Amino acid sequence: MKILHYWRALWGIIGRELWRFIYQRERFIAALVRPLVWLFVFAAGFRAALGIAITPPYETYILYEVYITPGLLGMIQLFNGMQSSLSMVYDREMGSMRILMVSPLPRWFLLLSKLIAGTFVSILQAYVFLGIAWLYDIQPPLEGLLWVFPALVLSGMMLGALGLFLSSFIKQLENFAGVMNFVIFPMFFMSTALYPLWKIKESSEWLYLVAQYNPFSQAVELIRFALYGQLNQYALIYTASAFVIFMILAILGYNPSKGMMMRKAKG
Amino acid sequence: MNSQYALEVEALSFAYGRKKALDNISFQVAQDECCILLGPNGAGKSTLFALITHLYNSREGSIRLCGYDIKKQSLKALAQLGVVFQQTTLDPDLTVIQNLRYHAALHGLSRKQANQRIQQELERFEMYHRRKEKVRQLNGGHKRRVEIARALLHEPKLLLLDEPTVGLDMPSRQGIVEHVHALVKDKHLAVLWATHLVDEIYPDDHVIVMHQGKIKLKGGVADVLQKTQCGSIQQAFNKLTQEVTA
Repeated sequence: MKILHYWRALWGIIGRELWRFIYQRERFIAALVRPLVWLFVFAAGFRAALGIAITPPYETYILYEVYITPGLLGMIQLFNGMQSSLSMVYDREMGSMRILMVSPLPRWFLLLSKLIAGTFVSILQAYVFLGIAWLYDIQPPLEGLLWVFPALVLSGMMLGALGLFLSSFIKQLENFAGVMNFVIFPMFFMSTALYPLWKIKESSEWLYLVAQYNPFSQAVELIRFALYGQLNQYALIYTASAFVIFMILAILGYNPSKGMMMRKAKG
Repeated sequence: MNSQYALEVEALSFAYGRKKALDNISFQVAQDECCILLGPNGAGKSTLFALITHLYNSREGSIRLCGYDIKKQSLKALAQLGVVFQQTTLDPDLTVIQNLRYHAALHGLSRKQANQRIQQELERFEMYHRRKEKVRQLNGGHKRRVEIARALLHEPKLLLLDEPTVGLDMPSRQGIVEHVHALVKDKHLAVLWATHLVDEIYPDDHVIVMHQGKIKLKGGVADVLQKTQCGSIQQAFNKLTQEVTA
């Protein structure tokens, strides 16, 4: 009976997220336009300037568009994770987060379900993006499209957990603009999404170190290798560990007696 | 139900840093009782609701719902509870029925049970024919009706209402006040209703007057009038909440 309750609640939360996704078409289009602009405009412009040597998982010389595609999948999930955290802040202001929190299920389960639902939506977006990229001649092996699924699940969960953790102590909606500037942009630019590590190392040693330890880089590498049917074990362990750490922090953040909710209430 | 009371609050205190929001509060709400929590803004009503709904934990005092301690047996305690928050908590982009199904799923109801209860509760409010409309299209009074219907879906023993009539026009307000009082009788429900509008009180109700984090007075309407030697609840309320400030 208890398991059935958990199951129904999980599907209830996923269902709600899916309906919101279907009804908010602008959100879906915006989420797709962003990486597509990067692919069609930014990457096309850089094609000539930036040569990418043969590095795993690639077996031949590749175009810059091919290199940047996994990074853009990561970007979709990064924005989605942060946006679902934005919706948490918004939800909480609107009070519907409270409705979730007063349901008779453990808080960790409710947060995890919310995370799974958000990841589900981000994966849908990622596949639509891959479909468009396919038409643009970025064609990873077919089995890669299958292998990338578990990688997207893990990276989506990790980035979502980061967003969830951040949302537990963002006090007001406006502060989310700060998160954009201080979390999304640095995470994206200081990663392997746009340039490979060796290329970054050539220009700056410290940037290389930051990019190497940036969990977003590892998520992107996990996606990159999976897309070519390979497993990057280091990236897998790193991303999974980052997920566990962010998730624990998020659960602590939403704990009624220990978390930041109390501090928020003061303001 | 392992207690004669739907809600027992005992020696409850809570502070935001050094600022005390609740100071040693104790009261009970029995089944079949509509208890009106009267207090001006800042009296501590919202903090009390946040503690009863387990959004925060208090270090001092205890809260029990149908005998279940909110800190130790929080899931069992929360299962007894239906809540209508001050701000609307419906998702405006979803339809009425989608909002209600979401809530039913969080409480573990099967699809069949959920549909039955949704029909039952919406019909009570004459809202069933509008179930497929998006919440955004409803007016304030109708949104409130849907929220009360939602809070009752899982058949709670205690209904918490945090100023549910704020911002509504007179007929909508009256409708909700009448409906909730009818629920207390029909469903043997306990209600804790926070408000600062005294015309929402019925003669049979219990009243708790809160001010600056403390309970100034509690009892039946007649009791309160007698103790304060006032002719109306409004006068009693003014007397109790102005004494301290003056």
